Amino acid sequence: MPKLIKNGQILDDTSVILTDSEGNEVHEDGDAIVPLACWLDERHHLKARHTSVGVLLEGDAEPSELKDDLDYLKLIAINFPSFVDGRGYSIARLLRERYGFKGELRAVGDIQRDQLYYLARCGFDSFVIPDGRDAEAALASFNDFSDSYQATVDRPVPLFRRRK
Amino acid sequence: MYIYDEIDQRLIDDRVRQFRDQTRRYLAGELSEDDFRPLRLQNGLYVQRHAPMLRVAIPYGLLSSKQLRKLAHIARTYDRGYGHFSTRQNIQFNWPTLESVPDILEELATVQMHAIQTSGNCVRNFTSDQFAGVAADEIIDPRPYAEIMRQWFTFHPEFAYLPRKFKMALNGATHDRAAIYVHDIGIELVPGDNGQVLANVIVGGGLGRTPIIGSMIKKGLPWQDLLTYCDAVLRVYNRFGRRDNKYKARIKILVKALGPETFADMVEEEWKYLKDGPGRITQEEFDRVNAYFQPRDYEQFSGNDAGFEQQKTENPAFARWVSRNVHPHKRAGYASVTLSLKGVGFAPGDATDAQMDAVADLADKYSYGEIRVSHEQNLILADVRQSDLFAVWEAAKANKVANPNIGMLTNMIACPGGDFCSLANAKSIPIAEGIAQRFDNLDYLFDIGELDLNISGCMNSCGHHHIGHIGILGVDKNGSEWYQISLGGNQGTDPLGTKASLGKVIGPSFAQDEVPDVIEKIIKVYLDLRQDDERFIDSVQRLGIEPFKERVYAKAN
Repeated sequence: MPKLIKNGQILDDTSVILTDSEGNEVHEDGDAIVPLACWLDERHHLKARHTSVGVLLEGDAEPSELKDDLDYLKLIAINFPSFVDGRGYSIARLLRERYGFKGELRAVGDIQRDQLYYLARCGFDSFVIPDGRDAEAALASFNDFSDSYQATVDRPVPLFRRRK
Repeated sequence: MYIYDEIDQRLIDDRVRQFRDQTRRYLAGELSEDDFRPLRLQNGLYVQRHAPMLRVAIPYGLLSSKQLRKLAHIARTYDRGYGHFSTRQNIQFNWPTLESVPDILEELATVQMHAIQTSGNCVRNFTSDQFAGVAADEIIDPRPYAEIMRQWFTFHPEFAYLPRKFKMALNGATHDRAAIYVHDIGIELVPGDNGQVLANVIVGGGLGRTPIIGSMIKKGLPWQDLLTYCDAVLRVYNRFGRRDNKYKARIKILVKALGPETFADMVEEEWKYLKDGPGRITQEEFDRVNAYFQPRDYEQFSGNDAGFEQQKTENPAFARWVSRNVHPHKRAGYASVTLSLKGVGFAPGDATDAQMDAVADLADKYSYGEIRVSHEQNLILADVRQSDLFAVWEAAKANKVANPNIGMLTNMIACPGGDFCSLANAKSIPIAEGIAQRFDNLDYLFDIGELDLNISGCMNSCGHHHIGHIGILGVDKNGSEWYQISLGGNQGTDPLGTKASLGKVIGPSFAQDEVPDVIEKIIKVYLDLRQDDERFIDSVQRLGIEPFKERVYAKAN
């Protein structure tokens, strides 16, 4: 089973991606996640469910489409179809910095440890490590660098404004 | 030059540690070839025809003598005793082993050097004017801005996985020596009305398969906004640049598809949210960085050195070298010197470990311990007293870096080509060698005068053939190597006002052994048709390519 790294802990990733709001079993304690298009079509139904759902964004998503739902949503997942597709980094920053999303921002897809430091700087706070990759060893990569030159989501003051 | 503080140093040490572990995981089979590739590329490591190639960054072309000695040491210890200075002011080592690369990076880190982002689909090493801070025609010294921008793109978390590579250049002089119109972002620094420094931002230029002259999308950007504006450009590119086809993934394709105006509007919309944020450069930061680029403690001279004038009169060979390889300096009694890495018997831009050590010694003795690397693949001593020029010339001759050919035909730009590069369709080095041999008569070369000849071994255009006055491109035709010739390219606004332009192909390509003859025919047409002291590029622009084409393809009677 894929692992979910969240708050420095390694959990089993029990989330289920739903393609529509009807007729799918939702795992009791797991997160249900629906694609953006599904959310936009059926958000009234989905908001009525007793289990909250998260939304899955692909790299071509326009994050402003969610701006009125951000208070409701507890989880937004951004998919990285490939490790070298960097669109999700910009989407994450927009959600955090421009639209003020405070919930959980999860990186899913082709995630590996060498991306974790940058993903965390761009505002992700949970990460699904696919099967076959070592989540335990990956934890070390959150400390690959001791500082960043740039303004980041977790530290909005860039290094040049902090130097003595 | 800029000196790392404790934080800068720690960050490159962090990177060495990270890459050592990535290499270990790769060698242990924990990281697949495909997963390791983007990681090693972001550390300048290619796997080439014979061995890995390691590209080390020389940010905006500045090196200390200590750093150059370290590069000599690396060439000697981990390579075969030489390095190749590239068209992006970097140095490439062609023969290290993969296992030794973490050690090389660790050695480099001890002299504040690295290979960070010298390759891969990220923001690459920033390039600038090799005469920054000393050129007589400089308006604004680009170095502090280049350093501030270097720090901004280093480990930028949002832009490490762009659709494609991203190259930036900065220029602050009237002569565009940084080729800013053929970069993903080119920045021209200009003075504003009240002495404030402003930037004109050009995007979407580039060479490669689809050469395009960039479009100016922003005029008069205050310098404080450089980082946030570039963040906005990169964000638009990162989100909307094509990722389905690597040949259409550069920003120039996006800018062309949208049109520069629409692209500029999208950037403006993005920038609106960033411009007043914490990324705005502070005066304090500018002052901190600028303190490293203060003028030297030059001696006061009232005019040209009398002894130097006399040496020129007495020694025509010295005078000839001065006329090509010595450049005007802001300060009276000083000059900048280009040590040519272009000659017969070695590849353009190659230097041996002994030459690097010797140049480092010259820099210590005559030029404040600093060396510049030009995108034309030569080494520069920026601050030499005129009275020392003769001694520098003698030492340069002894080390075979005194070829008096700067700005002329044999100062060829060439990529490593098919002898080393796995992307190349054809060899570059033997072509350069053939031309260097053909044009080795200095009187003839001086009669031809200013001429940029650039050679690329494939469409990736690392040898900048599109912007050579004469460009040579290696192409593959049914498995054999052929060479296409173009005329009329120009790298950027030059002292006579000729602007950046792309060369036009004259016709069908040639076999390797025909190339020197073809070049000679082209030169003959120029010598026959030039008016007064018209330069080659100006003749081509006035005449078009027709007369050249006619002569080159004329049937022998």
